[in-house]
Amino acid sequence: MSHSALSEFAANLRAAPRRVLETMFRSGKPTTDRTRSSFVFGNVFLHLHPARTHRWSLRWTTTWGLGILCGASFLITLVTGVLLMFYYKPYPDVAYQSIKDIHFVVPTGQFIRNIHRWAANVMVVGVFLHMARVFYTAAYRAPREFNWLIGMGLFIVTLALSFTGYLLPWDQLAYWATTIGANIAQSPREITDALGITDKFDIGGLQRQLLLGSDVVGEEALIRFYLLHVMILPLALALLMAVHFWRIRKDGGLARPDDADQRLGPPPADTYPVFTEAPQKTYQLAALVKGRTPAVGRGPENTVPTMPHLFYAELGVFMLTILICLGLAIWMDAPLKELANPNVPENPAKAPWYFLGLQELVSYSAFMGGVGIPMIVIIGLGLIPYLDREKTGTGEWFGGPGGGRLVASSVVFGLAAVLAVEVFAIRLGWLREWFPGIPQLVITFINPGTLIAAIYALYSLRVVHRFNSVRAGALALFTCFLCGFVVLTIIGTHFRGPNWHFYWSPADWPMH
Amino acid sequence: MTTHATTKRSRLDPEPVSRRDFLGLASLWAAAAAVGMATLGMLRLPKAAVLSSPSKKFRVTLPESLPPGQPFIPPGRSVALYRNAEGVFAVSLVCTHLGCIVKQNPDGFACPCHGSLFTAAGAVRKGPAPRALAWHKVTGSGGHYIVDEGVTVPPGTYLKA
Repeated sequence: MSHSALSEFAANLRAAPRRVLETMFRSGKPTTDRTRSSFVFGNVFLHLHPARTHRWSLRWTTTWGLGILCGASFLITLVTGVLLMFYYKPYPDVAYQSIKDIHFVVPTGQFIRNIHRWAANVMVVGVFLHMARVFYTAAYRAPREFNWLIGMGLFIVTLALSFTGYLLPWDQLAYWATTIGANIAQSPREITDALGITDKFDIGGLQRQLLLGSDVVGEEALIRFYLLHVMILPLALALLMAVHFWRIRKDGGLARPDDADQRLGPPPADTYPVFTEAPQKTYQLAALVKGRTPAVGRGPENTVPTMPHLFYAELGVFMLTILICLGLAIWMDAPLKELANPNVPENPAKAPWYFLGLQELVSYSAFMGGVGIPMIVIIGLGLIPYLDREKTGTGEWFGGPGGGRLVASSVVFGLAAVLAVEVFAIRLGWLREWFPGIPQLVITFINPGTLIAAIYALYSLRVVHRFNSVRAGALALFTCFLCGFVVLTIIGTHFRGPNWHFYWSPADWPMH
Repeated sequence: MTTHATTKRSRLDPEPVSRRDFLGLASLWAAAAAVGMATLGMLRLPKAAVLSSPSKKFRVTLPESLPPGQPFIPPGRSVALYRNAEGVFAVSLVCTHLGCIVKQNPDGFACPCHGSLFTAAGAVRKGPAPRALAWHKVTGSGGHYIVDEGVTVPPGTYLKA
């Protein structure tokens, strides 16, 4: 009796590693259609995906993998960021020394910091492109309206993460970009001052004080930005991401045209994997949500198992993202300027590139460029799915061929308008140069930034009227703002030098 | 089944809100109020009661030879002091646009960040700055002065030297 129990014990011990693996993956190897399905919905991380994916969603041209690119670059910043936290010390001057240590002493330190910085940039670009993709394929329409708003939240948190990360090295670039940022938060004073109510209602000052924890950019500001950067904002981002991904599935997968099935035709006969077991069952009940699964009213012909089809595609994008970040990190080092000096600003003091379009607007009016126009843009973007309730063209780029022409003409108009206003303002100056005594309120509301925004708004209203379609107007407006953003960013990045003067090339900058 | 609209409600009639629902709703709202008030209390924390900024007052000795209209910028400070016929005054060098430190140029001051230009006395000549540079309070006499960067005075407030 005791002998057999002992041998059983020994056998169980030998089998333990295998059994641990078996119990980890409940359903065994994903070799049949059934086990592939349960591989997806039985796993807490993977079950954000449906068990089966429509073939339309797997075409590269549907998404270009941009959402996964954003998520992947966030994962990369998360890992490299945690690594950097081993050595980073959030205290003025000490912070700068710790970044120096990371550069010159810590093994692979500079490389990790480069990857962190480049992944953050890839993430910002990815978020912009992903948003443009969703917009141009009208994928924000019912029932996906709210997920568009979640996406806007992710967009804002991504930019906030970038901005808070910018201060941490405590170099000249960091210090002055943060000073400018904090004063943009204070810029509602431009309005309250003009109205003479700043004494009673100083929202600008309050915002700045909450951000800096002081009235100067110092140790309090650094610890706040650090806390935001490593704790509050990443948590917010992760939370929003979870909701964002979850809703993609709950809202019925990616948007696709009504006739997607006809257009795709039946899947090729050699589609892998073929049904290997119980072909009359498709195991997608687990994905049944409010009747919006790929199966409702249609056969399962045009869906394929998520494992492996979708996962391999996602893994491919993930690997590509790592490749891009590594390549950029090898190619170019993250900058580190001199130690922050509160008495001598950088000249020019430039924000990260994706804020330079705003900085160009800020150079006309702090409030409008830094608060007013961004607020209008964010509110406008958020309203898109609630204003465009049309049905045609969902899931198609530019809503079909006519949309492509409209977008092309909007590009021309958008570029022409922003270039015309900028050339005018750079060549001839603006109101204060002509009327030195002009009240600030006039400049706040009438400046190149507001002028461009107004021109775009009027143009798109005309498009709404001409094509008798809200969607057409939205296409025109979004395209125009995208053009304006690109042009202003390029001007701010390449054509603005010391004292924010216009220069054709940095080679023309005066020595200072 | 007959209804007794005029008669007294029976103990057995369903109440408009059942006792169980009432207690449930009351506890729900109490919990919501508690969480709400706790959140408000937590939101109060990040607004510092005391700002940890360095002292805004500093002593300065103006050189005897400082010509009128010529600024004297104490090392490490962002304030320009002048002495002319009307008296002594101090102009802040913090740009009123977005807080960069303006630099002296032949006509007054220029901001390196967004190109605002100011006269020597701080008035806006060009650019996005919404206001003139602030004037700070100056006290003292005989070449020794105390400048208080925390106190702004209207432009044109001179200290008779």
